[in-house]
Parts: sequence; C-alpha cells; structure tokens
Amino acid sequence: MRRSAASKKKSDSITTSTTDLFRSASSKATTKEMDRIDHLFNQYANISSNLIDPEGIEELCSNLEVSHTDIRILMLAWKMKAEKQGYFTQEEWRRGLKALRADTINKLKKALPELEKEVRRQSNFADFYAYAFRYCLTEEKQKSIDIETICQLLDIVMGSTFRAQVDYFVEYLKIQNDYKVINMDQWMGFYRFCNEISFPEMTEYNPELAWPLVLDSFVEWISEKEA
Amino acid sequence: MVFGRIDRPIIFWEDGSSIIDESVTKLKRILEGKPETAFVTEQYMKNYTTIYDMCTQKPPENYSDQLYNKFRGIFEEYAKQTVLPSIMEKHDEYMLREFSQRWDINKIMVKWLSHFFFYLDRFYTARANLPNLNKAGMTCFRDHVYESIHFNAKQVIIALIHKEREDQQIDRALLKNVLDLFVQNGMESMDRYENDFEKFFLEETTSYYSRKASSWIQADTCPEYMIKAEESLKKEKERVTHYLHSDTEPKLIKGVQDVLLVSVAKDLLEMEDSGCSALLRDDKTDDLARMYRLYHAIPKGLEPVSEAFRLHVTSEGNTLIRQAEDKATNNNVVEQDVIRRIIDLHHKYMVYVTECFQNHTLFYKALKQAFEIFCNKKVAGISSAELLAMFCDNFFKKSLNDKSNDESTIESTIENVVKLLDYISDKDHFAEFYRKKLARRLLLDRNFNDEHERTILTKLKAQFGGQFTSKMEGMLTDMQLAKEHHSGFDTYIGNSGKPKGMDFTVTVLTTGFWPSYKTSDLNLPLEMVSCIESFKAYYETKTKHRKLMLIYSLGNCHLNGRFDSKPIELIVSTYQAAVLCAFNNTERLTYQELLEQLNLGHEDLARVLHSLSCSKYKILNKEPATKTISKTDSFEFNSKFTDKLRRIRVPLPPIDDRRRVVEDVDNDRRYAIDACLVRIMKSRKVFSHQQLVSECIEQLSRMFKPDIKVIKKRIEDLIGREFLERDTENPNTYKYVA
Repeated sequence: MRRSAASKKKSDSITTSTTDLFRSASSKATTKEMDRIDHLFNQYANISSNLIDPEGIEELCSNLEVSHTDIRILMLAWKMKAEKQGYFTQEEWRRGLKALRADTINKLKKALPELEKEVRRQSNFADFYAYAFRYCLTEEKQKSIDIETICQLLDIVMGSTFRAQVDYFVEYLKIQNDYKVINMDQWMGFYRFCNEISFPEMTEYNPELAWPLVLDSFVEWISEKEA
Repeated sequence: MVFGRIDRPIIFWEDGSSIIDESVTKLKRILEGKPETAFVTEQYMKNYTTIYDMCTQKPPENYSDQLYNKFRGIFEEYAKQTVLPSIMEKHDEYMLREFSQRWDINKIMVKWLSHFFFYLDRFYTARANLPNLNKAGMTCFRDHVYESIHFNAKQVIIALIHKEREDQQIDRALLKNVLDLFVQNGMESMDRYENDFEKFFLEETTSYYSRKASSWIQADTCPEYMIKAEESLKKEKERVTHYLHSDTEPKLIKGVQDVLLVSVAKDLLEMEDSGCSALLRDDKTDDLARMYRLYHAIPKGLEPVSEAFRLHVTSEGNTLIRQAEDKATNNNVVEQDVIRRIIDLHHKYMVYVTECFQNHTLFYKALKQAFEIFCNKKVAGISSAELLAMFCDNFFKKSLNDKSNDESTIESTIENVVKLLDYISDKDHFAEFYRKKLARRLLLDRNFNDEHERTILTKLKAQFGGQFTSKMEGMLTDMQLAKEHHSGFDTYIGNSGKPKGMDFTVTVLTTGFWPSYKTSDLNLPLEMVSCIESFKAYYETKTKHRKLMLIYSLGNCHLNGRFDSKPIELIVSTYQAAVLCAFNNTERLTYQELLEQLNLGHEDLARVLHSLSCSKYKILNKEPATKTISKTDSFEFNSKFTDKLRRIRVPLPPIDDRRRVVEDVDNDRRYAIDACLVRIMKSRKVFSHQQLVSECIEQLSRMFKPDIKVIKKRIEDLIGREFLERDTENPNTYKYVA
C-alpha cells in the first residue's frame, strides 16, 4: 500500500512535533483501519482467487443480518463501485468500507441505514438505479437483461418505493411476448415513468412522446384491463 | 341723379331689388310652365349689369351683403311658400314625382340665378368665406325642402320597390331621379343617401327575403329553393343598375345572401332527399353547379358542400370495394375490373370537380381525401397496391394481342394508373409487385412491348422520383443487352467450329435490378449441360470478374414429345423439361427416384409433377391416379397422350409469393426508416421526439406511410446501436452520436 508514502510526503522537519505526532497517529489509525478492513476482507474472501465470491457474500449477508436479495447489499456494491455481480475485489471492498468508515462487521451493520438514506437521496438514486442494471450484465458485450432477472431486480430496487407500478409492470412483462429482454434505455424509462406519471390514473402519459415502446404497450395493457 | 361713376347712375337698393324681383317672378313662371315669354338678351344683360353695379358701387351703396342674403332669401321663400306645400299636398307616387320635378326646377333656378348674381361669386363669396351661389342655392333646397320630405319619400320608394319585388311594374326612371336627388343632397358625401334611404332599404330587404326564405325552405326542394335564390340575387343586381347607386350593390348582395343562403345553409344543404348528398347521388350536375355558384361568394360557404362531396365519393368508393369483395367470396377470384371501375369513378368525379365546382381547391382536396380512404382498403385480403400491379400486368399482356387498343387508350390507361397510385399509401408494395410481374413478362412471355413498358416507367419516374423506377429501368436495359449477347454467343459458337447442338439462349440479368429468385442446384439433362458450359466460356471472353448464377426456375424449353399418335412440341419450363427428360432413359420412376436424380426440393418437384400429371395435359401417368402428388407416387411416360394442336404450352403455375413480397417490402421499410432517421439526426444533431417522427413520416411519405410504432421501435434500436442517445436533461429529445 502506498498510503504510507502519501501521509509521509513532505514531512517538514521544521513543523512542530505535535502535528507530526498527530499525523503519524492518524496515519497509524488509518493504517490500523485499513488493516482491519483487510482482515475483514480475508474473512470472506476466497483464498485462491483473493475475491469475495457468492459464497462469501452469502456469509457476509447472514452476518449483517440481511437477505442477500436485500437492496442494501446492492447499495453496498454501489458504494464499492463493484463491477462484477456476486464478487467483491479487495480494492472495491476497501473503497466501500473506507467510505462508510466501517472496519468491523458491527460498524458495517450500523452504517447500512445511513447508506440507504444516502442512496435514496434524489441526486443519487438515479445513478444507483442505472448502476443496478449495469451490475447485472454478466457477459462482456451484453446490453440487455432477460425478463426474469429484470422482474427480480425491479422488485429489489423499486419495490419498496413504487410497489404498485412494479407489481403491474412485472405482471405485464411476464405475460407479454414482444420482449424477451430489457435494455438500459427501457430500464431508465421505467424509472422516469414511476417518478413522473401518477399511478394508476396515468393521465399525464402520452404515447406520442418519447417513452419507450414497451411502456406504451404496458399502459395500453393496463387501460384494457380496466375497461 | 347722383353720379357714382362716370358712366352709370347709382342703383339704389329698392330699385335694384325690384328689378331682380321682376326677373325672379318671370323665371318662376317659366319654370313652372306657366305662359310667359322667354328671357331676351337685353333682360338678361340688364339683370346682370344691375347686380354688377350694386356689387361694385362704393359703400354705402355697395350692396354685396344684401344681395347675397337676397339670393338666399329668394330660394328660402320659394321653398317655404311654394315648393314644400306643393309637394306635401300630394301622396305616394305623385308626391315623389312632384318632389323630383321641384328638384329639377330648383337646379335650373339655381343655375339661372347664379348667372344673374354671378358677380358675387367673383370676389365676394370667397372673401367673405361664404358658400358660393350654387352651394347656397342647393343648401336652401336641402334645408327647407329635402329635410322635410325625405322621410316620406323614403317610405314611398321602399313601398314601390316592394311592389316591384312582387312582380308589379313601377316607374324606374322616377326612382332613379329621386334617389339621385338623395345623393346630391348629400353635397360632397354619400351620407344623405346612406342614412336617409339606404339603411332603411337594406333593412327592408333583409326582412323581405327573410320571410321569403322561411316560406321557401318549408315548401321547396333544395334545387327549387336555389333557383329562386339565384333569381332573387339576379333581380337585386338588376335593381342596382336600374335605379340604385352602385355603392349599394355589395351591401345589398351580402344582405340577401346572408338571409337566403347563410342562415338557412344547414337546412338547405342537408335537406332530406334533395339536399347536397341527394343531388350527388342522383348526378344532378346542374343543380350542383348552381349550388357552387351560390355558395362560392360566401366565406366558408363551400365547406359543407365539399364535405358532402367527400362523403359521397368515399361511400361510392367503399361500395365498389364491397362489391368486389362480395364477388371475390363467391367466385374465389378477385375481379380485377375493380381497378377499372375505380378509374372510371375517379374520372366521373374529376369531371364534377372541374365542371360543377370550377376547379376549386376545396373539391380537389375532398376528392383526394375520399380516394385515399378507399383506395387503401384490401379486397379479399389483396391490397390495392397489388391489384393495381395485377391490372397493369394484364393490361400490358392484353395490349400485345389486342391491336384494337390504340396508342391513346394505352396512354390514357397508363396515366390513370399513375393517378391512382398517387392515392395509395403503400407505393413501395406496388413497386415490388409490379417489378415481379414485369420480370415474368420480360423473361417468360418474351413478347413484350418495350415502348409501352418504358412509357409507364417514365410517367412513374416523373411522379414519384427516379428511385422508384431505377431497378425496373435496369431490367429493361438488361433485356436490350441480352439481345446483344444472344447474337454474340451465336457468332462465338459459329466461330468455334463445334457443332451447334441444341438451340440455346441465355439471358444475363444484373442482380439487384431483378427480384431475387431462389434457384436450386438442378441436375440438368446431359444435353443441356454442355450448352451451359459453352455459354460460360463465351461469357468469360466478354467480361472478367463476373459471376454467373444460373436460375433454372425461370428457363423455358421446347421439347419434342414422341407420342404414339403424333409428335407434339411441348413448351415447358426447365424444371419440367428436366423431369420429362429423365423418362428418356427409364419407363417408370418413383417420386423418390426423381427427387434424388434431379436434386430438386419437395415443393418444386411436387409442383412440376402436378403440372405434368394432374392438370390439363397428362404427359405423365401417375400411380395412384389421385389429384395430388404424394411422396409415394410413381410416374410413367404417357405415350398415349395427344392433343389436336401440334404444339402446346404446359404451364407451371408460379408459387404464390404474395406474403414473401409483403415481408420483403416490410424489411426494406425498416432499413428505409433507419436510414431516414439517421439522416435526419445527422443534419439536425438535436431533435425532439415528435419532430423526428413527423419529419421521418414526411420524408418517407412518397413511398409509404410508416407506422408510428415501427418508427419508435427503430429509434430505440438505433439508441441500442449507439447511433442516437437521449438527452440527459430532456428525455424527450435525441442527440446524434457521431
């Protein structure tokens, strides 16, 4: 770790010894923190790959006392900027936990509500929402996600805030035949839909605007159901 | 005597005044037609000189003021004492006449006395800022006669006009004079005429025609009403020329139109059994022309008429389509004369537009909208685009054989086709069906009229652009070039010294111009193989780097069938020939054997065998002798076959590729939409969703009407392929991704 160099750079011999002490104390603290973070990492990581794999994540979840399909795990991944679903690299782990100032399981557990608040802030949620989609892309050139996964993802990500829309949309996706996959544009479209259109009235919805076609069909399906 | 000037004695007021009075009395008598001698020059001069002197004398004997007042006094007194009473003691027409005559008299009197008092006008009236003599005299009449009379006069005039409207004779000249009087009494302006007469006249006219309209609309049919309305308007116009002032005309006509036509428009035009729709239904062109004339001048007056026209034409067209649909269900064949009938319908109603409706744009538009509705309907599942292409195909085939079709009929039919195509939105379907049928005409029928084919393409190109016809033109050019190759090949064979063998031609087609054809790797009879090889060799000498792909499915063969009773020449397709030639070596073959030997697909083989064993000409015997081909059948050469002709054509019906054509066109449309969207975004860089969609539709409208949902899907696809992206600020806007 190069961090020691960072904290030691330009150590001026003229500076007071207290600041010096302080610096070395904090750097020691940081080092200690990082050590504990790394130690925590090793508890869950797979020894040969040096990654936390799905097994490790499951264990982590049970220790955190959340289900592995809980949105908070996804939020944690977001905070870590984790790239591959089901895996955390050491760097990602360090990044996330450092940002959360959590170096023990308990601290991590305690940090989760705060994290959730942060993510749910208007300014962050759209980014999180898009992240959730990307996170599920497993293949290299993959651009869309199959319907079943989408339905699960929707439930996790939007279920608590937009229950009705998610339920209806999931039902629609399951019975329709036009789409086998959903792409990013359609995914984001749904987010916009939930935020901008009143449900179930949907009076503001105008299919002549640039809503993705899948949503046009969805709205049409609902109106037919109501009729 | 007191001498004022060297020449003449002074004229004092009393003397001068009495001289004038004398002349005035005399004048009055003359003007009133009483016995009186005319003025002689001396008297005239005397009057003039008297006044001249009285004006030029030095004060206090300068009597200009008094003379002016006297002048006015003369008229005032005459008006009050004589003129007005004489008018007022009379009534009606007599009163008018008196009024008119008194006016004429007044005019003359003013003229004469102005001559006498002339000198006043030279300096006095201007200097004293007073109205000149003429004006003063006229004003007197106006103030003392006209003002008291005009109301009654107006009543009488209007009563007389009413009489005339009720078809009674009246004295028009009198009215003209009196109304002229009204005008002139306005001095410089028209306001006397307008306020004292015209206003009331227009009101009266309105209520008169309003009553008429109410009674006519109850009792008359629409044509009858219109005739009366037209007649009334005509009469009112004449009235203006006879005695009204020309300024009244526009107001009068508008007033009459408003009550006779505007306020009753709905009742009139929608009148049951005789209104607009009924007239159209019964082809009453004269009445419709009248309706046009009447409503043309009224703003928005023609709209209900053009709407009725549009509905009528639409319903006529829909009826045609329905009839064709019914016939098709009964006969199982779609009659192509539906196209002929649509053309006739178009012609019929175009005449309406040009003649009844004077080429008015509203009616062109109505006709267009009507045709666009029913011309895009299907008949028994076949689109109009395809029907039109079939129509052209049949027409061209017939015109080859039927020499009675002269050039102008052909020309006009072609023009009608182009016109009709304009109404069809799926023009690209037409192009594709037409192209396929053109290919068959050129390749299979051989006998085609190059000139006619080019004529229609030229017209289509002019109307719809070069892109529409470029492939088809290429096809025709190919046929011309093919001829060159035919002779070239013959020369080549001749020069090669090899025996000619079979009579054999190859037509080279440029891929891309022609529809795509499936071909199979047919195992040709040996005799044909060497021909193919020699042509390939020849072609190599002509061009390099070209690949020849042989399409046997389009070939033709002439075979000699050696039947028992007599040999018959069979004109068959290459596939059929291959099958028949297989029997040269074996008496009997099974379906499977044929399949393997020839390397044809099931669908093709079944078709071919059907045409040879289950159709009109049974060249082969099939066992079992059922009506359809099955994979377990076996076949034998039918040596007993014969026909009264020495040469017969055994047709191989083409595969019904209608669905394929539609699919191909729909695919092309997707590419066209993609290309269009990218083109638009490339130039616009940033564009809103609605703008993009509408511009796309606009640009493609020449060839087809794109479905909005399809466009949306293509946009999403382009977003996925990263040609476009949504604007992060405004998700309803797209940005071009370079």
